[in-house]
Amino acid sequence: MTSLLQIENIHTFIGQFHILEGVSVDVPQGNITVLLGRNGAGKTTTLKSVMGITPPREGKVIYKGEVLNGKKTHHIARMGIGYVPEHRAIFKTLTVKENLEMAAREKNDLKNSLDLIFELFPDLKRLIDLRGGNLSGGQQQMLSIARALVPENDLLLIDEPSEGLAPVIIEDMMRAIKRLSDHKTVLLVEQNFHVASKLADSYVIVDEGHSVHTGTMADLRNDKALVKRFLGVA
Amino acid sequence: MENLIREIGVPLGRFFGRTTATGAIALLFAIILGVAFVASQGNMSTFSITILSGLLRAALLFLVAAGLSLIFGLMDILNFAQGAYFMIGAYLAYDFQHPANGVIRIGEAIPDPNLRFLVGVILAVVVGGILGVILERGLLRPLYERPLFQLVLTFGVSIIMLEFIKLIWGTTPYAWTVPITIQTTQFEIFGQGFSAYRLFIIVMGIALMIGVALLLRNTRIGITIRAGVEDAEMVTALGINVRAVFTLVFTLGCALASFGGAVAAPFLGATPSLGATYLLASIAVIVLGGLGSYEGTAIGSIIVGLAWATMEQFSLFSNIGTVWSSITPMLMLALVLLARPNGLFGEER
Repeated sequence: MTSLLQIENIHTFIGQFHILEGVSVDVPQGNITVLLGRNGAGKTTTLKSVMGITPPREGKVIYKGEVLNGKKTHHIARMGIGYVPEHRAIFKTLTVKENLEMAAREKNDLKNSLDLIFELFPDLKRLIDLRGGNLSGGQQQMLSIARALVPENDLLLIDEPSEGLAPVIIEDMMRAIKRLSDHKTVLLVEQNFHVASKLADSYVIVDEGHSVHTGTMADLRNDKALVKRFLGVA
Repeated sequence: MENLIREIGVPLGRFFGRTTATGAIALLFAIILGVAFVASQGNMSTFSITILSGLLRAALLFLVAAGLSLIFGLMDILNFAQGAYFMIGAYLAYDFQHPANGVIRIGEAIPDPNLRFLVGVILAVVVGGILGVILERGLLRPLYERPLFQLVLTFGVSIIMLEFIKLIWGTTPYAWTVPITIQTTQFEIFGQGFSAYRLFIIVMGIALMIGVALLLRNTRIGITIRAGVEDAEMVTALGINVRAVFTLVFTLGCALASFGGAVAAPFLGATPSLGATYLLASIAVIVLGGLGSYEGTAIGSIIVGLAWATMEQFSLFSNIGTVWSSITPMLMLALVLLARPNGLFGEER
């Protein structure tokens, strides 16, 4: 399968700290690829390195055949990459509609994307005029993902979508992510192994700043020893 | 003194702390209007003139504080040079209007004083904007990751601008001697005259407060600025060049301050101390209103402006000396912060 995104042996520093010490990830088009690993392994920094928020000092990030290194974050986003950060980062003083409008790059982006957004997250329709700060955690997460669907992004980087959500909301979120993967390629960061195993097609395990294992999710589900060693899940 | 502050401040703080921002604002207005009425000895014409003078101060404060607040909210930069832009606006408008006394003397080409003033104001806005772009793009941009350096830099720039002004125009204050027609027009309120030009500045200030609020609420750039105030990194990740938005807001903020100085020059004149006076009062306004809050800045301007004029009237009435009126902005700030440490509309930062 063709790769939409290739991360090749990147090294990223935050200040003087060497956070990523060689991470490689291949994201095939149309797939959900998940980055797994313990807290502080470097998963979020990997997504931020792709977006140019914490640009890598070494290695390459290639999207649709084009090297992203050296490009500004807003240029990278405009190449068709949607970013759903950890803790949602919705604009709390803006309404749901204004949050979505913020993501539009072309005049008709919002109009063209609303059907899909309301199909995936029907609750957002009735909340459209409410301020972001008044939404529940689950609703904020929906809005954060919906925002990445407004422009015509081909790749979505989604960081910890299940974090802090009730189990019933996590189920809804999983259904929505599975459904949106019909249209988009997804690179997901997820700590919850059960969520990741149900959603993803392939995985990369990141440990102490290194990518240490990669393969299909079906293989990982059967490799209990590997799961226990790197993810601490029995 | 410390005990006095504690005795008054702590119970006041407990009371205010329990009230909403709206309640605190209503209470402050009630206190200010009450003191203004007492200081006017019940004389309605004096009272009205005091309130109008307060609103005039509020309009001028808003022109400096709005830029200061938006720049701080969006970029986390406290632009200490904002007062210097106000002062430059005043000097440019003065010089353009008084070619005979001026240094640059380019106003000579326009004989009509009204048209000359209008062109002088436009010139001040353009120069303020250009100097704003130079400061943001040329000097501040390399220091975005170093907040302390930015603070020192803007402070240094304000001193350099002040020294340049002294070099060009000297240290003697200039009084406005070539009036525009609207300045000489008076209207009567309870039998006392008030300049139509001052009323025009009040109306324009209020119109600008509403106009900027509408811009922030209803336009794409306004929504982007509000979003940027909350989370500039996320705005960038959505594909928006937030640095360009920074430049735009910084430029507009400086141009607005310069505009404020230009329109204030007909009654404040042009003096080297103008910048520092309005900068300090504007810092009090934005902290009192709540850092980064536009509503806070607009309402804070009105509160400080009214309190300032009220204290001037109170000084006359009670013979306590003019020093009290000049420290009024800081007194108001201390009063509000005792009760609401994040200002009227501020969030914990």
